[in-house]
Amino acid sequence: MREGPIARLLLRLATVLVLAFLLAPMVAVVLLSFSPTELLALPPRGFSLRWYGEFLESSRWLLAMKNSFIVAGATTMVATVLGTMAALGLQLGRFRGKAVLVTILTLPMVTPYIVTAAAMFFAYSLVGLTGSLAGLVLAHTVVAVPFVVVSVLATLQTFDTTLLRAAASLGASPATAFLRVVVPNIWPGIAAGAIFAFATSLDEFVITLFMAGPGQFTLPRQMYASVREFLSPTILAAATMLFLCSLGFLLVSEAIRLRAERRGRA
Amino acid sequence: MSEPIVRFRAVSKSYDGRAQVVAGLDLDIARGEFLTLLGPSGSGKTTTLMMLAGFEDPSEGSIELEGRRIDTVPPHKRGIGVVFQNYALFPHMTVAQNLAFPLSVRGTSRAEIAARTAKALEMVRLSGFGDRRPQQLSGGQQQRVALARALIFSPTLVLMDEPLGALDKQLREELQLEIRRIHATLGVTIVYVTHDQSEALTMSDRIAVFEGGRIQQLGTADAIYERPANAFVAGFIGENNRMEAVVADSTTLRLADGTMLPTAPHGFSTGEHVLACIRPEKVRLAEAGHPATVTEVVYLGDHCRLRLSFAGLPDFFAKRASEDGMAVPRQGEAVFLGIPDTAVMVFRASSP
Repeated sequence: MREGPIARLLLRLATVLVLAFLLAPMVAVVLLSFSPTELLALPPRGFSLRWYGEFLESSRWLLAMKNSFIVAGATTMVATVLGTMAALGLQLGRFRGKAVLVTILTLPMVTPYIVTAAAMFFAYSLVGLTGSLAGLVLAHTVVAVPFVVVSVLATLQTFDTTLLRAAASLGASPATAFLRVVVPNIWPGIAAGAIFAFATSLDEFVITLFMAGPGQFTLPRQMYASVREFLSPTILAAATMLFLCSLGFLLVSEAIRLRAERRGRA
Repeated sequence: MSEPIVRFRAVSKSYDGRAQVVAGLDLDIARGEFLTLLGPSGSGKTTTLMMLAGFEDPSEGSIELEGRRIDTVPPHKRGIGVVFQNYALFPHMTVAQNLAFPLSVRGTSRAEIAARTAKALEMVRLSGFGDRRPQQLSGGQQQRVALARALIFSPTLVLMDEPLGALDKQLREELQLEIRRIHATLGVTIVYVTHDQSEALTMSDRIAVFEGGRIQQLGTADAIYERPANAFVAGFIGENNRMEAVVADSTTLRLADGTMLPTAPHGFSTGEHVLACIRPEKVRLAEAGHPATVTEVVYLGDHCRLRLSFAGLPDFFAKRASEDGMAVPRQGEAVFLGIPDTAVMVFRASSP
């Protein structure tokens, strides 16, 4: 169908409006984070890295960042290993009730975070896991694992299981076959899952609020606190850095996906 | 026969505890032989192969390799080479890396891996292809790599699961010869699964015909073709005209319309209902004999296929080799058929 010039113009306008609606708040934050004064105005009057400097000099922000990266890093490792193994078992194993297991494993994706958080808070306080970074990692793992499972399961769909039989017939133990045949073929799914797990943990706020101890501020928690207590533009610098971080993840996971697609076609 | 390399003893396999995919299988495989498991799909031939490879566990019975029970040994410790229908080459490795895989998991030195890889590529005539990826090769080339990979660690036994099933006719014939050549050169024992009877007839030292989870007949190609053990084997291998008949005496059958058909002594008792099978190529056109009418002539180059109306049967087939100066019968022509008594195979009517 060929649309007329007016229809085309309207479509373009609508597209621009929607994109502006999606991007404008973030663009504003990024621009304001470079504001030289505490009085925020758009467009900013001048350009300065003052608030980034504040961020890097503030022990509270630095601690929050350190905590965030420790928790996200540990969560990613645990969730990636567990999620990959779960996906492998679900795809390659021969047993009943696979659909039920997938549903249970991915339930945290659709359960409201506040429900998960409240439930975990009670459960973890019974065994004394609240208020520790280990408990926080465990809690984040629960919500991060589904992303790994789903992502790895998706790549396993295209994995030819005859390759495992071939590897075994050629003398490879199951562990060797996993490392030398399975992982090289499904690593895009594992990597994408790991990125999702990292991003989920880095961004997680509700569960952290329930589980973390008094001193355990993560970046989202610190941002929330600083909005409540004193509206300093430092939060804008933090937000911008988190945003760039997510943008980086998005680009990396897209690159992995494209690479995997190209290889699949070759 | 010396000590068999593989021995199946009363092996059964069932997935649900009721239907038996393989039922009470006893089979000895001789060292160095080319044994083909032939049968229609669902006959148990592939399951038998998979149990030998270790990818399926027998529900009952035992399997021995070189005198050792292996049915509890995991596949990667059996040291049996396997070639799969879909090649199963590792897509993330080059051809050379694929070939090196079984050697490197065994801790072979780099120098030896390089030497043996080169030799293996030469054996399947793919020297110079070592750096390619499997996806860059044709189907026939990929299967030759898979063949080399299954042989490079010098297994004494190699299993092939319909390895040529995905290839077109010409390539298939080319690779059949290649596999035969490799078998003859290396002296390795090969167990080959196929549902293609001509492939089985061309390649095998012995053929095991499978149906319903059991071996119906085990023998050389010509024994199975010329002296089928039962009506199933006769019908599955080659073409056949099947006719119901009643035993008139020890060397004669009476067909439904009263035609008397002489046979070699068959050992059935008078009055018994039997099944008579005659291969189309054994039927001759003669000066005198059984009267028949030609209803269709199909010219196939090296031979003609005649559909005949004979003894009240509308679809009786005969094959006639094309020879110089011989007139091809025309449709509607009345002819006489010569059926030698040795061409008539007699089977119990109740057998499948």
